[in-house]
Amino acid sequence: MLQILEGSVAVAEAVKRCKPDVISAYPITPQTHIVERLAEMAADGEVEGEYICVESEFSALSACLGASAAGSRVYSATSAQGLILMAEVCFNVSGMRQPIVMTIANRALGAPLSIWNDQQDSLALRDSGWIQIYAEDVQEATDLHFIAYKVCEDHRVLLPAFVCFDGFILSHTYEPVDIPDQALVDKYLPAFKPYNMLDAKNPLSMGMYATPDYYHEFRYEHEMAMRRSADVLREAGAEFGKIFGRDYSKLVEGYRLEDAEIALIALGSVCGTIKDAIDEMREAGIKVGLLKLRAFRPFPADELKQALQGIKKIAIVEKNLSPGSRMLGAVGLEVKDAINDSSVSVLSYVTGLGGRDIRKQSIHDIVDACREGKGDMFYGLREEIL
Amino acid sequence: MRELRIHGRGGQGSVTAAELIAIAAFKSGVQAQAFPAFGVERRGAPVQAFVRFSDKKIRLRSQIYQPNYVIVQDSTLIADVNVFAGIQEGGIVLVNTEREIKQSVPEGVKVVAFDATKIALEELGLPITNTTLLGAFAAVSGEITLDALSEALSERFTGTLAEKNIKAATIAYNMLKGEA
Repeated sequence: MLQILEGSVAVAEAVKRCKPDVISAYPITPQTHIVERLAEMAADGEVEGEYICVESEFSALSACLGASAAGSRVYSATSAQGLILMAEVCFNVSGMRQPIVMTIANRALGAPLSIWNDQQDSLALRDSGWIQIYAEDVQEATDLHFIAYKVCEDHRVLLPAFVCFDGFILSHTYEPVDIPDQALVDKYLPAFKPYNMLDAKNPLSMGMYATPDYYHEFRYEHEMAMRRSADVLREAGAEFGKIFGRDYSKLVEGYRLEDAEIALIALGSVCGTIKDAIDEMREAGIKVGLLKLRAFRPFPADELKQALQGIKKIAIVEKNLSPGSRMLGAVGLEVKDAINDSSVSVLSYVTGLGGRDIRKQSIHDIVDACREGKGDMFYGLREEIL
Repeated sequence: MRELRIHGRGGQGSVTAAELIAIAAFKSGVQAQAFPAFGVERRGAPVQAFVRFSDKKIRLRSQIYQPNYVIVQDSTLIADVNVFAGIQEGGIVLVNTEREIKQSVPEGVKVVAFDATKIALEELGLPITNTTLLGAFAAVSGEITLDALSEALSERFTGTLAEKNIKAATIAYNMLKGEA
């Protein structure tokens, strides 16, 4: 049943239904409403798991790692500087193959200090070995949590995941959302079965040091797990569709791509604004479509290439910056590599950094620039203050 | 799609008003989206909140620049902020004020001024005008029904507080029905 909820509350409701045994998080804007709500639920007994209060994000994810190693289903959430403070633990979690799910309410990184949205935080941890999936709206943000636990805990995968949704733009927006029934969630997501766990009766160690004779192979196994996760995500997305009626079997989603000459590519909530802009451009006779990337890690290169067949111009809406990179942003590089065809123009447009509003007109302008072959640039610079 | 921009000051409940309007709109049978202008809120500082209404799923995520409706919770804002910015022709501006509006109003825009503070003080005993303004918005816009608004208020507040807020909204609704 559809009801109007704030994005953060919808995510908290989803997490509750995933029945985590342990939640540990440290509040940071704009993630705060999620953990406030979960802390209330835990205090009221609505969430049976334990809510561990800590003094920093580093401790939050460390507590999660220990709890996960002890065989618990674990949840955390953070944003921006909080995620960067967790960075060391992030690599440990994925290296120890603990299937922790963490919501990232995406926010810009300081300095300069900004509480507003872009996607620099999660993309900065591109190589941390976590699955990264991005939501376009509150419904998708809600649903991706169920899917994330199912995929992460699958013994073919055993990796952690970021479920990313744009801070404020989704976390603080009220809109209609369907929160699945607990009974159906239980059917979709049974109790966590650890592959192995800390157990005094059967002692084992995790996170030991690995000599050069072993480390290389650990990293190979990590890579193979990430590669396998693509099909497991598709499978879990398809099964979700069968039970709940919303299909997530694809890691990329096309919008009006059939017969398109130009494709925009983006992650997250800006895809909604892009769709509205595309409808306007289509009415004006411009053959443009959108390819939404739901997964960034694993990067669905084959699926993306397939969906963009015949398209000669690609415009990436980048809400992040990789300083010194020729493409400017992290997404453009991946797309260019996936396409690997010199007859296709792939251009990046950095925009929406630190909460700069992305309007339909911004998308029109980006498409115009792409048609003229101008790109790999910052869009909407205020030249007068440079 | 129709769009509403709410101007208030930190502490006046602009964000709550936007949420309640979205909930009431949804209960009235349309799709709705409510969100704050993502600023650093301080008590007394000018703030904004936004609501979209549509018969279709709302995908647009940008802020609102060309509203059909504007609510001004505090008339002193008119001197500080261009509350009329971008308002569409045929638009309606609802202003809480005890005085006449002296500022020039864009052509084709209807300004409805009324004293929400007086109603709030009488009914709630506090100068918190957001629920009173919701009743007024229901009357002048037709985007939400009084029944749906009452339901949203009774979900948000409990007991006598809910009753008082519903009464304040109803008084404003009856006062302004047919005004715009």
